[in-house]
Amino acid sequence: MSGFFKSSIGRKYAMALSAFFLMIFLLQHFAINILSVFSANAFNEASHFMGTFWLIQYIFQPVLIFGVIYHFVMGFILEAKNRGARVKKYAKNNGGANSSWMSRNMIYSGLAILAFLVLHFIDFWIPEINTKYIEGDMSGLLPDGGYRYYEELTHKFVSPLRVGAYIVAFVFLSLHLMHGFSSAFQSAGVGSMRRNKLQTFGKAYAILLPLGFIIIALYHHFNH
Amino acid sequence: MNLTLKIWRQKGPKDKGSMVDYKVSDISEHMSFLEMMDVLNEQLISEGKEPVAFDHDCREGICGSCSMFINGEAHGPDRGITTCQLHMRMFKDGDTITIEPFRAKAFPVIKDLVVDRSSFDRIQHAGGYISVNTYGNTQDANAIPISKYAADEAMDAATCIGCGACVASCKNASAMLFVGAKVSQYALLPQGRIEAVDRVKNMVAQMDLEGFGNCTNTGACEIECPKGISLENIARMNREYLSANIKD
Repeated sequence: MSGFFKSSIGRKYAMALSAFFLMIFLLQHFAINILSVFSANAFNEASHFMGTFWLIQYIFQPVLIFGVIYHFVMGFILEAKNRGARVKKYAKNNGGANSSWMSRNMIYSGLAILAFLVLHFIDFWIPEINTKYIEGDMSGLLPDGGYRYYEELTHKFVSPLRVGAYIVAFVFLSLHLMHGFSSAFQSAGVGSMRRNKLQTFGKAYAILLPLGFIIIALYHHFNH
Repeated sequence: MNLTLKIWRQKGPKDKGSMVDYKVSDISEHMSFLEMMDVLNEQLISEGKEPVAFDHDCREGICGSCSMFINGEAHGPDRGITTCQLHMRMFKDGDTITIEPFRAKAFPVIKDLVVDRSSFDRIQHAGGYISVNTYGNTQDANAIPISKYAADEAMDAATCIGCGACVASCKNASAMLFVGAKVSQYALLPQGRIEAVDRVKNMVAQMDLEGFGNCTNTGACEIECPKGISLENIARMNREYLSANIKD
C-alpha cells in the first residue's frame, strides 16, 4: 500500500473518503441546527454537549479539521495537476454537450464554500475556541445564568448581509453536492447498479440539506 | 453547402501553431467529414498550398485513427461515432466549423491535426495482455465456463478502439476510461485473473507517468466515446486497484 495514496486512483479514494466524512458531518451539523427552530433549550443542551464532551472536542474535532483541510488542499493540488495535463486549451470546447456545469466547476463551488468557511470560522469557531480554551470559560453560560449558544446564533442572523452570504454559500454547497455525492461513490468504486439507487438519495441530500440550513438562517433572521 | 473551416495548423511538434480559416463550397450533405477534408486538401494542393495533415485509416469506425475535435467535441456533434462516421448532414449551409487536434500533454501534436497517441500503447504494454504459452497444448478458452454477464461486460469493455476521445473530451485530459476498459476486459475473465494484481498496478502507474490528468467523474468521456464504453469500467478499475494494493 506504500504508493497507493500517491497514485491518481489512491487520491480519488482519499478525496472520496474525506467527502463521505464531510457529508456525514454536515448531516450531524444540520440535526443540531434544526433544533434551534423548534426549541432553544434543546439547541442549547445539544450545543453545550458538543462543545464540552471530550471525545468530540479532542478526537472528532481535530479529525474534522484535518478532513476539511485535506479535502480542500487535495482538491487544489488535483486541480493544478489536471490543468497541467492540458497545456494548450481548445479554441472551442462545448463542455455543456457532455457534462453538467456542476461537474465541470467543482473548484469554483469549492472556493465559494471555502470563502464561507472562513466567514463561519470568524463568526462562530474562533470566538468559541477563544471563550473555552483561552479565557477558560467552559460553562457555556451568559452572565444572567442562561446558556449562551442560542443567543449567539440568533444574534448572528440579524444582519441581512450575513444571511445573504449564508444563502449564496449554501446554494454553492448544493451545486457542489449535486455532483460530489455520486462522484464520491464512483471514485470509491461503487458499481452503477448500486450508484443508480443512490442517485435519488444523493439529489435529495444535495438539495434538501443546504435548503434546510437556508431555512434555519431565514427563520432566525425574520423572528429575532 | 458552403462552409467556413477554422483549422489548427502546426508545421511540426515545436511549431507554435495557429487557427487558419478556409472556405469550402459545394459540399454534399452525404459526404463524411473526412471526405469533406479530402475536398479541402485537393483544393489546397491545386492552389499549391500544404494540405492539412490528419489521421485516418479504415474510415469505417473501427481503427480509432481519426482524432479531430470538431466544434468543441471529440469526433464532432454526434454520438457513438468516430470522425469518419460523422456526416456533413450534421451541419448547415453557411456554418463555421472549428477543427482542432485532440489536446492533452500526453498527446503531443505531431503536425496539424495529427497527435502522438503512443502513450496509450505504452499503457497497454504495461499490462494490457494475458501471458499465454502458444506451444500447442494451450487449453481452449471456450472450455472454461463463463457467465453471460461477465462475457457481455468483458466484450463491451473490449470494444474500446483506443481513439483517445475520452482524453480529448475530459476537462482534465484523464485516460481513466481507456485504462478502465482495458483493465476490465481482462478482470472479468478467468484468463485475466492470474495477472490481475500486476496488470492494474502497472497500467495505472504507466498512466500516471504519461502525464494524464485525474478523473473527476464528469462523465464527458462516456458521452463522447464512439463505442459507448461505460463509466462502470472506471469504478471497476478503482476496485481492482484497491484490491491489488491490499493483496500486494
